[in-house]
Amino acid sequence: MNIGILLKEGPYNHQAADTAYKFAEAAIAKGHKVDAIFLYNDGVNNATRLGDPPQDDRNIAARWTMLAEKHGVEVLACIAASKRRGINDDVMIDGGEITGLGTLTDIAIRNDRLLTFGD
Amino acid sequence: MSEDTDIRKIMHVMRRAPHGSIYSYEGLEMILIMAAYEQDLSVVFIGDGVYALKKDQDTTGIGIKGFSKTFMALDGYDVEKLFVDRASLEERGLTEDDLVVDVEVMEASEIGRLMTEQDVVIHH
Amino acid sequence: MLHTINKSPFESSTFETCVRFLQPGDPVLFIEDGVYAAQAGNRFSSLIETVMKNNPVFALKPDLDARGITRVTEGVGSVDYEGFVGLVEEHQVNSWL
Repeated sequence: MNIGILLKEGPYNHQAADTAYKFAEAAIAKGHKVDAIFLYNDGVNNATRLGDPPQDDRNIAARWTMLAEKHGVEVLACIAASKRRGINDDVMIDGGEITGLGTLTDIAIRNDRLLTFGD
Repeated sequence: MSEDTDIRKIMHVMRRAPHGSIYSYEGLEMILIMAAYEQDLSVVFIGDGVYALKKDQDTTGIGIKGFSKTFMALDGYDVEKLFVDRASLEERGLTEDDLVVDVEVMEASEIGRLMTEQDVVIHH
Repeated sequence: MLHTINKSPFESSTFETCVRFLQPGDPVLFIEDGVYAAQAGNRFSSLIETVMKNNPVFALKPDLDARGITRVTEGVGSVDYEGFVGLVEEHQVNSWL
């Protein structure tokens, strides 16, 4: 099965980013393809590389990079939502990309499922 | 996207009041873009989501751009399926006359049935 | 259609709202703070029992565990993330936020 994920909340403030990651990890382990994680609303804050969480906490940005580089998941931040919040190519995590809402539409069309995580 | 089978039923569910948070506004932005892709789109207003359609909103005092009138533009994008949950409207003391656009007021059971027909449901 | 609910019912009406739109047979899955609805003997136990007459109800176990919820309303199933994926395999998803 091909799965798209829409993530509408930033990291740490809310559990959404953690649940999205745990779900993606479990889906991949079951042999599904996680096609893309599309970041919207404050979800685009997941795309900054400038975060520096304490050593004993999980590094959410690193999780997205791992999913992108190891499992071919497209990690995409909406350009309109990103511009509002100061997310751009200069701060983008490895494996992440800025794109438009048209891409989310394509993700909705080409996948068997689109799940939303957020607040 | 020439095949009919590539047309997806996508429902946007507006659940939040406008201005207090950005979800309704950015939800509308998403709907406007998706409308250009000739999918089978519907927009449903449930709970505080109905407040986005309230007439007489004047946001000049709070310094945030108003967008209630943008919902009127959806018609021009061929998004004609605007549904409002009857109970949500009534419990807020509102009627269709209080809304900026023509909508179809529906029972939750009918909206629920429509939901199950969707390929994608996105809450805002 | 699988309905996920991630809000505590004590703080948000999301669960009660979702119930009004549920179709018979649609599974409900509580995740994140939504799992507080499933604790046995709370104000929402009777509503969950009513829902379970027509709909299977699940709670995400890692979220129950994280919140110290050891007893859930009888009949509520528990799934891990793999079980969550399993439900998504069988159903389209309606993520109530």
